[in-house]
Amino acid sequence: MSSPVLEIVDLHKRFGALEVLKGINLTMHQGDVVSLIGSSGSGKTTLLRCVNLLEEYEDGVVAVAGEQIGYTKKNGKRVRLSEREIARQRAMTGMAFQHFNLFPHMTAMHNVMLGLIKTRRMKKDEAHSVAEKWLERVGMLARRDHYPGQLSGGQQQRVAIARAIAMNPQLMLFDEVTSALDPELVNEVLSVVRDLAKDGMTMLLVTHEMQFAHDVSSKVIFMDDGRIGEEGPPDQLFRQPKSERLAAFLKSSKFS
Amino acid sequence: MEIVRAFDAIWAARWPILDGIANTLLISGLSILFGTALGVGVGLLLSYGGRIVRFFVRVYSDFLRGTPVFVLILACFYILSVIGLQLTAFQAGIFALMLFCSSHVGEIVRGALQAIPPGQTEAAKSIGLTFRTTFFSVLLPQALRQILPTWVNTATEIVKASTLLSIIGVVELLLSVQQVISRTYLSLELYFFAGFVFFLINFVIEKAGRIVERKIAIPT
Ligand SMILES: Nc1ncnc2c1ncn2[C@@H]1O[C@H](COP(=O)(O)OP(=O)(O)O)[C@@H](O)[C@H]1O
Ligand SMILES: [Mg+2]
Repeated sequence: MSSPVLEIVDLHKRFGALEVLKGINLTMHQGDVVSLIGSSGSGKTTLLRCVNLLEEYEDGVVAVAGEQIGYTKKNGKRVRLSEREIARQRAMTGMAFQHFNLFPHMTAMHNVMLGLIKTRRMKKDEAHSVAEKWLERVGMLARRDHYPGQLSGGQQQRVAIARAIAMNPQLMLFDEVTSALDPELVNEVLSVVRDLAKDGMTMLLVTHEMQFAHDVSSKVIFMDDGRIGEEGPPDQLFRQPKSERLAAFLKSSKFS
Repeated sequence: MEIVRAFDAIWAARWPILDGIANTLLISGLSILFGTALGVGVGLLLSYGGRIVRFFVRVYSDFLRGTPVFVLILACFYILSVIGLQLTAFQAGIFALMLFCSSHVGEIVRGALQAIPPGQTEAAKSIGLTFRTTFFSVLLPQALRQILPTWVNTATEIVKASTLLSIIGVVELLLSVQQVISRTYLSLELYFFAGFVFFLINFVIEKAGRIVERKIAIPT
């Protein structure tokens, strides 16, 4: 069997004295969809950000497609990779952010093309047609010449997802991609993510949409104070929580 | 009529006055050009330099911004010659204005870069962009739009400050007009004339700035 798309072994992360991740283990294979749920401050975002090294981690291993992210061993010592290497590794994953983070001075089309040209070294024409394909997939082709400021939140988020996924990453990271949206815009974004899951995209996502997590995930992880509190198939986690903490969390988030 | 006499006097002295205007434009232009180039460097070091570099550049910038331009000009003219750097009044004046300009542009650039939300850099990183590409494709274009209005303001300040070079004998617009006044005693009319020309120069700069601003504005 080929190496897992994502392998996290005993991951620890501190912000100064505060230990935010206290030994996380997670293995994901091609096509897995894993949802992270849990109360605010439990470390979900931080875990995601360690995977593409937006956060440094002190201990443990994060490996994408068998390659450790960010660090290597030299003479038994752990050393950080060069910025160029890290940039290359970051392009192995794609990320969609809570606040979209589109480049405001570029049209939707150019937002998607930038990484294709600069990182994937595509010719303009090729980048254009790849970008067109993905903007079409997220239903934003008609607005390709619009600037982010001319788009609704839901539309911006769909462009941002297209920007990430056009890079053809092995793993997609989604950090609460709907929590900054007005309620009526949530579904257009969730349905895009659902379609990607159906197509077999490997995805690690943080969400507060419990029904969505239930429907889309192959596995759900309940994060509790920097640890994995409970994990398993969605039905098991949502219908028969083992711990008081998870039961209380589900009750507070009104999963029905 | 005094007004008619004033026009006659200006007309009679048109060549020295035009020389003065040319000097004002040249002094301001060169100071702004070099000052901006240096200032971008200052801004980048303030934003991305290591602790020690940042400390020294901060001292440089704060010192220059805290010193009256008048004092800077005198210092560049008199002190630099003491340490063996013999500059003409013209050169020393431009040098002083350039330093002054660089400290202000440095702050503007630093402020503009800092005002860009960290999410922009993170998004750039997440699609595998290197720092260089992130800077030139993502940060700089946004910073430039932010910088432009304040930079234009600094440019007009430099034009106004260029009058101070008359103190060390550089015949720019103000001094050339004063020379006419000393012959004709038409001080009110001629100072008014000089003021009007300065206003005109800065009006054109501001107008041009606003046109560019509108051209590069991000559609919303
Ligand atoms: N840059 C940071 N500096 C210091 N503490 C941080 C930083 N980012 C997150 N934290 C802390 O780490 C903990 C986990 O945060 P986060 O991963 O954002 O949680 P979640 O996404 O589950 O809400 C919180 O206590 C938060 O305050
Ligand atoms: Mg979070």
